[in-house]
Amino acid sequence: MKNSFNKAGLATIFFSMVLAGCSSAPVEETTTDIEDTSVQTGQVDTSAIDDSAVESSADTVFYFDFDKALLKPESRVALLEHAASLTSNPRGVRLEGHADERGTREYNMALGERRANAVKEFLVLQGVSAGLIEVISYGEERAASYGSNDSAWSLNRRVELK
Amino acid sequence: MLGTEYLVVGSMRTIEGGRYELEFSLLNVTAQKREFKHTVRGRSNEMRDLAHLVSDKVYSAITGIPGAFSTRIAYVTATRNKGKFTYRLNVADADGAREKLMLESPEPIMSPAWAPNAKDLAYVSFETGRPAIFRQNLVTGGREQLTNFKGLNGAPSWSPDGSKMAMVLSKDGNPEIYVLDLKTKQFRRLTRHFAIDTEPTWMPDGKSLLFTSDRGGTPQIYKLDIASRATERLTFRGNYNARASLAPDGRTLALVHRESSTFHIASFDLQTRRLIELTETRLDESPSVAPNGAMLMYATKQGDRGVLAAVSLDAGVRYVLPARIGDVREPAWSPFLR
Repeated sequence: MKNSFNKAGLATIFFSMVLAGCSSAPVEETTTDIEDTSVQTGQVDTSAIDDSAVESSADTVFYFDFDKALLKPESRVALLEHAASLTSNPRGVRLEGHADERGTREYNMALGERRANAVKEFLVLQGVSAGLIEVISYGEERAASYGSNDSAWSLNRRVELK
Repeated sequence: MLGTEYLVVGSMRTIEGGRYELEFSLLNVTAQKREFKHTVRGRSNEMRDLAHLVSDKVYSAITGIPGAFSTRIAYVTATRNKGKFTYRLNVADADGAREKLMLESPEPIMSPAWAPNAKDLAYVSFETGRPAIFRQNLVTGGREQLTNFKGLNGAPSWSPDGSKMAMVLSKDGNPEIYVLDLKTKQFRRLTRHFAIDTEPTWMPDGKSLLFTSDRGGTPQIYKLDIASRATERLTFRGNYNARASLAPDGRTLALVHRESSTFHIASFDLQTRRLIELTETRLDESPSVAPNGAMLMYATKQGDRGVLAAVSLDAGVRYVLPARIGDVREPAWSPFLR
């Protein structure tokens, strides 16, 4: 099932890239200027939740089911708005992927990245240039909600758009 | 009459140079004989080390297994103050005493890993804004950034001869296992699969790795032959098996295991393929086997706080390490110190 999802996803991304023309050529250099946090002595916490830079009023946090990296319908609705905003006014975005605390830390890093990539693939499908999107996973290292229960866990399985 | 099988007796006196001499004997009460008598010397600031030495000698005489009391642990602590985080990488005695700060950062630190010479630590730090692998010398404090790729840079694992480091990088599209030659700084890719491949750990002969992969649908432990890159699935019981930590015999490993909904630490025998659950607490993770293969340390929760606990590989002995400020996680048990 995962195999066919990836193949279908790849096929549609390729198709939409062809449709979008050459805007898919990633300009890798621009993404490294975004959110350039300095070394450990810096006091500025740039990874704090702060969406003042986001231009669309749609949700900027997208939630996932346990062990899954599939976008929910409500996420797609919000992401369509972001995609429209990003295609008309291109700017760099950072997608931060997270997982709840269950399971091992390094596997959760991969799971967080998988979720952020799912959001990225959707945005690229809608015409957003892949080169504008930076993906970072925090795994279970930056919880939004503390507590070892279902409600806290469900708030941590997320991707944040910044 | 004494109600005990063994007795340790000793005496201490001061000697020249402001040092102390400790003479101790292990008596076998049942057999009515003295197992050994030893003398050790040290300065007043070395008392803890002498005590560890005594424990090592007593333990190995009784069990036939080398003692691991003179070893150390590395671990990460996370504290939160008004929404601001501080992460610390610490090294301490195996019982948690004499904690020494190695790194402090407002960004996450993960996956500490000891070099086989017990003088260097590798770890993941987010200080540059995204995860990167660093190595740090415990004596000089000198640091070196080893990776700087986009995507995941994680799960560093030193080869048994200390010349290479296995790791996870997702720079080529999805998480794969790579090996970095620490001298030439060349990277070699070992896995090629769209699934998550992570958490590599070396077999003692340096010719194969164990790693976690969800290529079968859920995370399981696989073995990878480095020369041929052939992979073999090892675990089949339960719906989650990850983060293998090998005992020095190269035959037993500790791992994180889930059958229904709770994560426990389990031991797995590579020859018999038998899996035994070792812990009954929930949310157990990050097992690290002691260099004598007799105990392992892992991270668990007490209430809402992260703490470290230790359990023997036969599950007979279990203890929790004294609580510290904040959450403690990711213990890594050092090799024997030489």
